[in-house]
Amino acid sequence: MTYPPSYRYTQQHEWIDVKDGLGTIGITDYAQHELGDVVFVELPKPGTKIQVGKSFGTVESVKAVSEIYAPVSGEVVEANAELEATPEKLNSDPHNSAWLIRVKLADPAELAKLMDAKAYEAYISEKNKEASA
Amino acid sequence: MESTVEPSVITELRKTPLNAMHRRLGAKMVNFGGWDMPVEYPSRGGLVAEHKAVRGGVGVFDVSHMGDIRIVTAHAHGGALAAVQHITMNDAAKLAIGQAQYSAMLYPSGTFVDDVIVHRLGDDDFLLVINAGTREKDINWVRENTASHDCKVEELSDTYTQLAIQGPRAIEVLQKLTDINLHPIKNYWFTHGSVCGLKNILIARTGYTGEDGFEIYVPSDVATSEALWAKVLEAGREFGIIPCGLGCRNTLRLEAKMALYGHEISENINVWEAGLDRYCKMEKGDFIGRSELQRAKDAGLNRTLVGLEMIERGIARDEYRCVDEQGEPVGVITSGSPSPTLCKNIALAYLPPSMSAMGTTTYVQIRNQKAKAQVVPTPFYKRAKKSTTQQLASNV
Repeated sequence: MTYPPSYRYTQQHEWIDVKDGLGTIGITDYAQHELGDVVFVELPKPGTKIQVGKSFGTVESVKAVSEIYAPVSGEVVEANAELEATPEKLNSDPHNSAWLIRVKLADPAELAKLMDAKAYEAYISEKNKEASA
Repeated sequence: MESTVEPSVITELRKTPLNAMHRRLGAKMVNFGGWDMPVEYPSRGGLVAEHKAVRGGVGVFDVSHMGDIRIVTAHAHGGALAAVQHITMNDAAKLAIGQAQYSAMLYPSGTFVDDVIVHRLGDDDFLLVINAGTREKDINWVRENTASHDCKVEELSDTYTQLAIQGPRAIEVLQKLTDINLHPIKNYWFTHGSVCGLKNILIARTGYTGEDGFEIYVPSDVATSEALWAKVLEAGREFGIIPCGLGCRNTLRLEAKMALYGHEISENINVWEAGLDRYCKMEKGDFIGRSELQRAKDAGLNRTLVGLEMIERGIARDEYRCVDEQGEPVGVITSGSPSPTLCKNIALAYLPPSMSAMGTTTYVQIRNQKAKAQVVPTPFYKRAKKSTTQQLASNV
């Protein structure tokens, strides 16, 4: 799967796509692959304030519970309600329809600290090397 | 995203002879009790697909991390039997040669050193199959506590590669690889025979999945182990066999309510609490743990193992707290997971006996909220007995 070049990425494998001060946040294909079959998603309600680097939700596979960390600070304007009934979408379409939340950014300057697609791809290829070592 | 699964590679992990094979298959590897083991094989469908293969068809597991201890005498004068009777809670005297039983080794407190499968190889010759994470503890325990008995204790853990072929079609797969007629072998019985040309292989109708299946014990060199693994997969291809990891081994055994050491049973939990009464034969004579168990029985239970099903949204996980409606702690989850067979979130938990009746509501503390659950009958899953269908067929 390709990593959309317009997105920005975290070291904890979240992505953010920003348009007009509104950021859509999800987890990367690498993340869903590491998790395995996703069976449960817990997301914050609209109006919740999230803080960069802090957990804002959880994604669970059969085997494990994973915290999702905010790539930026801001206020949640929408959570992807569809994922409650169809969490498996996170495995099949993590970069598009299985987005997690939309946030109004508090400080767009935070985006500069994130990786672009090229840097992220280099980062996960290092991770994969470690794993097969 | 950050997983709460413990990070691997702290110390040098132990490897089974099939380790390189698992990596070639693209298995996701985890640290399981100090062993570098496959948790699932994502390229073949992953945990849920593996789970369903075992329930509906057949899967193969590398369980070579399990340990093996042989207790034997040369002249069949009963020294080994007496030793096994002394250190395990089930009645090994009831075993015929070729028969196995679920049992456990206990501390004097009546709590668990480990659970074991005792195989009677000969009149005075027994093989104990033990857990991977407790190998050293177990072997030391066996040696110390059989020292005064006239028997020989051998650790054979590293001499076997152990494969578990599990599922309703397991018998058809293994039958293609052996001359022995497998059909007469009853559940928890075993035999010796040739498998893929390897002579005198222990073939047991045992497993840890709640499904029919076999476990075979073959020489542990890498070449033999890999060749056998490949032949099992080849023979199973027409039945849709897939390699299975420890992830589905756990969900399968949980659905079948089979205990896992360190979870449902431990050095702090006794036999009655764990509900393993029927494997503990108080009338067989003295054994380690018996007198304290007698006392515990007279005193009554403080907690008991129950099955839970989540009613509200949420997944109960190992070590989560059970709480009452006010949020006060009342118990603990020992194992919890989504059940791929039942499509429900299930768990095993220790609760006070007063809260253990079927249908009783309890709550599980999941992060910062409590989710409603109820006590349900166990096992969560029980396979249909073949004999019943045969009986029905013959009645028609």
